[in-house]
Amino acid sequence: MGIKKFAVAAYDDEAVLFPAVKKVRRSGYKIHDVYTPFAVHGLDEAMGLKESDLHIAGFIYGLCGTSTAVGFISWIFTSDWPINYGGKPHFALPAWIPITFELTVLFAAVGMTLTFCYLNQIMPGVKKHVFHPRQSDDLFVMAIELNEHTPEAEVTAFLKTTGAVEVNVQVAESGWWYGRWDKKEPYELAAG
Amino acid sequence: MNDHFEIPGRLKNTSLALIAVGVLTLIGGIATLLMGHTDVDKARFWAVLLHDSVFFTLITTVSIFVQAAVSLAQGAWLVAYRRVPEAIGANVWIFAIILTVVLFLIVFTVRDAHGVNPIYKWVTEAEPGKDKILFGKKVFLNPVMFVCFTLASLGLWAFFGRKFRSLSLAQEKAPVNDTKIYWKVFRLSAVFLFVYALSQMSTAPWLWVMSIQPHWFSTLFSWYTFASSFVSGMSLIMLWVVYLKNQGNLGLVTKEHMHDLGKFMFAFSIFWTYLWFSQYMLQWYSNQPEETVYFKMRQQGPYSVIFYANFIINFCMPIIILMSRPSKRNYFTVTFMAMIIIFGHWLDFFQMIMPGPLGEHWHINWYEIGIFMGFVGILIFAVSRTLAKSSLVPHNNILLKETMLHVA
Repeated sequence: MGIKKFAVAAYDDEAVLFPAVKKVRRSGYKIHDVYTPFAVHGLDEAMGLKESDLHIAGFIYGLCGTSTAVGFISWIFTSDWPINYGGKPHFALPAWIPITFELTVLFAAVGMTLTFCYLNQIMPGVKKHVFHPRQSDDLFVMAIELNEHTPEAEVTAFLKTTGAVEVNVQVAESGWWYGRWDKKEPYELAAG
Repeated sequence: MNDHFEIPGRLKNTSLALIAVGVLTLIGGIATLLMGHTDVDKARFWAVLLHDSVFFTLITTVSIFVQAAVSLAQGAWLVAYRRVPEAIGANVWIFAIILTVVLFLIVFTVRDAHGVNPIYKWVTEAEPGKDKILFGKKVFLNPVMFVCFTLASLGLWAFFGRKFRSLSLAQEKAPVNDTKIYWKVFRLSAVFLFVYALSQMSTAPWLWVMSIQPHWFSTLFSWYTFASSFVSGMSLIMLWVVYLKNQGNLGLVTKEHMHDLGKFMFAFSIFWTYLWFSQYMLQWYSNQPEETVYFKMRQQGPYSVIFYANFIINFCMPIIILMSRPSKRNYFTVTFMAMIIIFGHWLDFFQMIMPGPLGEHWHINWYEIGIFMGFVGILIFAVSRTLAKSSLVPHNNILLKETMLHVA
């Protein structure tokens, strides 16, 4: 997180983007992220992203849902308030399965949605820096993080050789934030 | 890329040996059970034949259903190993003939010492003086209806199985990128799904399986048998794909395609459990004698071992073993689970069919296993012969490029 400097390249073709991503990785620059108007198959592998652990979190949320449902219902119907329903045993497991199933799904779904939002740093009301207004329209936008070892001029010159239609340098907050963000400060920071 | 499959001698010999075992078991069964003295032995002889022929017909028909569903959805993921479901579907006619013979022999010739049909009681008992309930159901449950529905279902399945394969082979000879046959398959798929919905998903399991205990009924029984046969049918396709890949064929099939099949095995095991449980829970909850009698025998009676084994094999094992991504992409786990699932659903059909005619005198013994091996032998023999007849790669299929790029 924090305010960083990025070199931003925009591409207008998937077929240019893929070799560019490979070239950038081979040159050793750190790709911050690639923004595309639609899901591009195989891009995650080309970028070297590792497989998400979201599904393991989902499994754990599901187990929480199952145990909450079974635990709570069995406590109510066997010790807290046992009632005879049509001669069924108090511990009437088959009748509880639908509710257990629903709670498992609910916990897994809600938990995974929130975790997904956290991992991607998105949430209602939360703001993120947009590198290029056309990244949700017709351009594929790649942002590369700059630091003291990767001079601005070198990286932008390099990006132009990869077939980018547009290259610039931006100073932006890499994470998420609430409310307003005053852009004055980071520009000064970049100048200094 | 090796796109022609030659039947290895070992596979051919194995299949022939299995068929021989099946035939010998059948002869042994005729000598000891059919010629035996008790009605239970005779009922066992027919019930086991019925069980295996119904099971194998239904799981091979799933291959036709998969082709139709994927063609209609214009899916490309199946195209890489399309020849496998095609070959299985093109051999449905063999099991259909066996099933027809078994069903008609049972309905028209088999009677016990009291003149009652030991498997389908409604054949002989649906008279006002004998069984009032069955007499009331006689409009639907009678031999004429039975024969008509059986012949129509099996005939149409066998026809569509062969038709889809011949159209797919015709595509190979068509001009490159010609879509005429593609749309013809598309239209026929819609027709087949309609046929399948009215046969496998409703009437066929009612007549062949549910009418063994004709007083009992369940409105989702056919869905339940469909789920059972669908998951084992997908496992069967998986076994063939793994086998062909081990033989060095099917170079186009990647782990992504295997992963898709694995997902079907996993997801439809859960779907099966959903239906299995829905059928059980509603009748357990309402607790009416005419409904619970079905589960009394199976859950608390002599079949309780199979009832719980069924749940463990068909639900607990797939959900635990096939849940993670790597296990669906691993040849060993998917092969192991495919065999487990086929066996588990064979047991599921066993406990649907046996309690009616046999009561507590059920066996899984030389006869049951021998007949099962015989059917496996027929399946291997017929499918491998069909597979060897044409190129395993549909070179001219218009979705071939897409299936090569497929990502699960």
